[in-house]
Amino acid sequence: MNRRGFIARGGALVVSFSLLPRLAAAQAGKLPGSLNNEPMLDAWIRVGADGRITVFTGKAELGQGIKTALIQVAAEELVVEPARIELVTADTARTPDEQYTAGSQSMQESGTAIMNAAAQTRALLADLAAKRLGVPVERLTIRDGAMNGISYGELVAGQSLHVRAQAKSPLRDPMTRTVMGKPLPRVDIPAKLTGQTIYVQDLRLPGMVHARMLLPPSYGARLRALDTAATAKMPGVLKVVRDGGFVALVAEREFQAISAVRALAQGAQWDERANLPESKEIYQKIRTLPSQNTVIHENGKSGAGPAMLEAEYRRPYQMHGSIGPSCALALYRDEALTVWTHSQGVYPLRGALAELTGMPRDRIHCIHMEGAGCYGHNAADDAAADAALVARALPGRPVRVQWMREDEHGWEPYGPAMLSKARGRVDASGKVEDFQYEVWSNTHSTRPGPAGYLAPGWHVEKPFTPPPPRAIPQPAGGGDRNAIPLYKFANARVVHHFVTEMPLRVSALRGLGAYMNIFSIESFMDELAAAARADPVEFRLRHLEDPRAQAVVRTAAERFGWATWKKSPGRGRGFGFARYKNLAAYTAVACELEVDRDSGRLRIGRVVAANDSGDIVNPDGIANQIEGGIVQSTSWTLHEAVGFDHSHITSRDWGGYPILRFPDLPQSVEVHLVNRPGQPFLGTGEAAQGPTAAALANAFADATGTRLRELPFTAARVRQALGA
Amino acid sequence: MISLNVNGKTEEVDADPATPLLYVLRDHLQLNGAKFGCGLGQCGACTVLVDGRAVFSCVTPVSTLAGRRVTTLEGLGTPGKPGRVQRAFIAEQAAQCGYCIPGMIMQAQALLERTPHPTSTEIRKQMSGNLCRCGTHMRILRAVERAAREP
Amino acid sequence: MPMPRFAVIASVAVAVCAACTAQPVAPDAVPARASFDPALIAKGAQLATIGNCQACHTAEDGRSFAGGRALESPYGTFYTSNITPDPDTGIGRWSEQAFARALREGLDREGNHLYPAFPYEYYTRLTDEDIHALYAYIATREPVRAQNRPHELRAPFNSRALVGAWKALYFERGAFRPDPARDAQWNRGAYLVNGLGHCSACHSPRNSLGAEKKDQLFSGGVAEGWHGPALNARSPAPMPWTADELFKYLRTGLDDVHSIAAGPMEPVVRNLARAPEEDVRAMAAYLAALAGPPSAERRKRADAALAQAKTASRANGRGAEVYAGACAACHDRGREAGSGGALPLELGTAMTIPTSSNLLRIVLEGIAPPEGERGRAMPGFADALTDAQVRDLAAYIRGEFGRAAAWTDVDEELKKIREERK
Repeated sequence: MNRRGFIARGGALVVSFSLLPRLAAAQAGKLPGSLNNEPMLDAWIRVGADGRITVFTGKAELGQGIKTALIQVAAEELVVEPARIELVTADTARTPDEQYTAGSQSMQESGTAIMNAAAQTRALLADLAAKRLGVPVERLTIRDGAMNGISYGELVAGQSLHVRAQAKSPLRDPMTRTVMGKPLPRVDIPAKLTGQTIYVQDLRLPGMVHARMLLPPSYGARLRALDTAATAKMPGVLKVVRDGGFVALVAEREFQAISAVRALAQGAQWDERANLPESKEIYQKIRTLPSQNTVIHENGKSGAGPAMLEAEYRRPYQMHGSIGPSCALALYRDEALTVWTHSQGVYPLRGALAELTGMPRDRIHCIHMEGAGCYGHNAADDAAADAALVARALPGRPVRVQWMREDEHGWEPYGPAMLSKARGRVDASGKVEDFQYEVWSNTHSTRPGPAGYLAPGWHVEKPFTPPPPRAIPQPAGGGDRNAIPLYKFANARVVHHFVTEMPLRVSALRGLGAYMNIFSIESFMDELAAAARADPVEFRLRHLEDPRAQAVVRTAAERFGWATWKKSPGRGRGFGFARYKNLAAYTAVACELEVDRDSGRLRIGRVVAANDSGDIVNPDGIANQIEGGIVQSTSWTLHEAVGFDHSHITSRDWGGYPILRFPDLPQSVEVHLVNRPGQPFLGTGEAAQGPTAAALANAFADATGTRLRELPFTAARVRQALGA
Repeated sequence: MISLNVNGKTEEVDADPATPLLYVLRDHLQLNGAKFGCGLGQCGACTVLVDGRAVFSCVTPVSTLAGRRVTTLEGLGTPGKPGRVQRAFIAEQAAQCGYCIPGMIMQAQALLERTPHPTSTEIRKQMSGNLCRCGTHMRILRAVERAAREP
Repeated sequence: MPMPRFAVIASVAVAVCAACTAQPVAPDAVPARASFDPALIAKGAQLATIGNCQACHTAEDGRSFAGGRALESPYGTFYTSNITPDPDTGIGRWSEQAFARALREGLDREGNHLYPAFPYEYYTRLTDEDIHALYAYIATREPVRAQNRPHELRAPFNSRALVGAWKALYFERGAFRPDPARDAQWNRGAYLVNGLGHCSACHSPRNSLGAEKKDQLFSGGVAEGWHGPALNARSPAPMPWTADELFKYLRTGLDDVHSIAAGPMEPVVRNLARAPEEDVRAMAAYLAALAGPPSAERRKRADAALAQAKTASRANGRGAEVYAGACAACHDRGREAGSGGALPLELGTAMTIPTSSNLLRIVLEGIAPPEGERGRAMPGFADALTDAQVRDLAAYIRGEFGRAAAWTDVDEELKKIREERK
């Protein structure tokens, strides 16, 4: 069943062009947000005869609060109570194709589309009401799903809304808002906190069987022999599905599957051939691997000169480490495949599964159900592909694949290790005269897409070859995201070294290159500020022309009490600022910390952030994302690095990949929001990570006089940097 | 057959006695509260209460639960009538993806039953066995403090 | 402890002590950091990692060297002192002479006896040069204002005068004397193990007055409720230790065929990870020599343990059920759980020592890598298992993996641990 069939049933709004002369003219030019790819209003908004409103989005709830925000946007423009709206998220049979929920673009793409579609729907309803009542549109009283007392359901009876969107919408005046801009409690939280079935991990279907994967012990390992004799007799075991090196064990009960796959692992012999670089020399390796080099920014004339400050920065492989390992359900029946997945992109996944299975795309249905926070491209798509392949081997039975902790830690695509180098000089007046920045990185996206980017695609007998990696072009960028500073420098040059060979599996981790580039550039700004004998905050303001950037910097500094902060031995304060992608939200972070030289532990005191995300839909949602981003970045910055030896990933559990725990938290985190009603939405989800890392690095330098340029700032690294 | 007392109810389950409680709760009893996070006793997503004490259900075999009271998230309250700690977490909007939160709620419940007015340090220490990957920690702490203030 | 004998000693002690009170050393501000040679400070830092100073003198979540850590003992609870150079609450007014006297003679600056919980009976063996370097390190730490917490000791141990008597009976002052019949590495190892390392403090049995039994050195001891296994020929480890294995263990806390460092050994190995490599090698060589080459009997038992570790069949029973559900996932061979898996219990020392204390503590508390550091993680089962279940599990593990007669102290140790957790 496709969207049109679904909407054509039952009463829904349709208005022909002749009834709406105002909207009759054909539209040329871009439509707002994702309307540009899906221009029909009824793809986004459906008004039922019973008055219930269904809103469709191609985006997915990842825990970032998008469902609530989109409901607020629709509720505002449609003038209905939020509780009346049902939001349907990413589903290849029901919703528009908005590709991936990634890059902090959901509000910009989907929010904008829904806001405009809702406004235009309201306008159509108004026209109907006006005609029916014989009053001008302007005289209608529109309130809570009714116009002059006639409910939307009544207005809509016998109509359908198969109308093309316009470029311009009669958006409501931001000053009269009642829903947008308010901290509406998240619609998904109560169910999650009372054990309702929300996550894909909680989905149970009648006749469901449990599968566990037997994954190779290292990249490229070939399965030489598999002895299934022991497992065949174990209770509940239904089948061992094998295709080359792709092995799954299927059982009736979950623990039976776990016990059996452990036994199966004992009976498996692998030829391992992974040859990973020396972990301690990874940065030299990255530097020397072949790369495509692009000057991504140049102004004025950068060059060598006297007294150039120079610094190199390093960031290791870091993992998503979703707290709930990836999971998917799949059902293959009547030559059609349904997959329930927490993949960030159900449409691209569908394409990848079509290629993987050889099935036609329109026989595959991918439905997003929430998983644990993914923070980018984790193993969700791989688990979905696993489920699809196993389901095809057990037609008619829903198959649940749950990756174990070791599976996820060992096989998920990591955020790539990166190296950067900054050079610069300040002039006599204390302004940056020359700024040069280079960054070396793998691609930050190997999203399926192609079946060759699915791990199961590498394990099957006839493997799929991953296509050559591609760089994400500026202005978004991948490894070069936020490599071009927002600051105005007299002369500047930025180079992106796109390293094509990938020793470890890598893809998009929240923020992509922005985390590392902002850490590097903002650390270097402090070094330049010191050379100019300037206060770090004032130094940044000196080079920012964007008033919104300035406002955010000032707000953070003021709320932190930057000007009156008192230094004492072992304590320091630091500042970091960036505009995510130079296009999305502005965030400034100020923090203070204390360094224990002998243990190497950093005790973080107050962290104060300011953020401008444009038109705020839900202020608490934004605050939640910024707070969360600050704490997550603190974990990355203080603790996180994937461990590996010559052949294996050695971080296979939380013991092998420590992350922040409660005792390590800052003393407090404050977020101050700058609201810009009526301005475009700016993506927030990845805005805090880079500035936080920089603030911590700069606070450390302030406390000790020593610069830490290699992430993470483990206790051992701190001790070594400070000496006895 | 194994007899378990879960949320005040006696349940008979046909499971191998070595089965960790987590899988019996989820697979046999269809309870969603306790979640699979690692199966290794390292993350706390599976936290439940056994005789009022917080326990990692992923490493607790059902053979050890005869005659003991198991309480899961579902035993603290319902969607229509959430319990004190659940209400506090909802009020503080203490969740991003929310996956770790049921475990946090159970850990907090155990803490508050023993220490009705814990200090901030005590809360941080008690919760330290539970991991959150989204960075919701500050709200979680505020939620526990809020629950402690409620009678 | 027999009372009458004690009464005799006590009266002798008081008499002796009256004559033994030492003079104070005049207070003298520690020199400024700039006056110390950085190389000397660095040397002192390295020595301190072997002496484990930071681990004892830092409270949980406390500032380094500021004291406040509780040390449980049969005599009550000691609280370590603030040894940062804070002038009012730390040792900021201790000259090098006062510092050296504390290490060599067990006296504080004012001349009071220090309890041998501070292991001066071992530190007395330090050379002058090493004490000099240690002073440079300690005197240049970050000063922290933190009042020392008084010890909570049972009578009569709360009398410092008694310590004087104890020292008169048991304390041998004096620096280490190398053995010319042994090579340089052995002597270095002997110096470090018996001096700074103070290994014997936990790995040797003590009499009822807490004095080392000199004829049973390294035959096993107690520390903070944990059993420190014998390091000599009476080692209960299923697999004999080679010098290389000891080196790896002391540096990382982990070795393929031996238990992970747990309990009081955790901070020791964490510190030794930062010590000079050749020093740790020397300690390992000395300790390997101490145990001597394994006897044929021991080699046979080791082979049997290794062989059993490779099989997975288990006896039945209640304890076996607990093991199968709670432990087997990580500890049995098969699908690797976690970063490298957990030790097959056939190879663990906790199973073969005469007391159940170590195994119980590990089962109840688990093993956690230090905050933020990579390492093996094991959950604790204190709340998951009832006492009866712990008993069943312990009996099962002792029989199945320790292959030895049942422990007789399980109830007592379990009670102790539960009390501590309250």
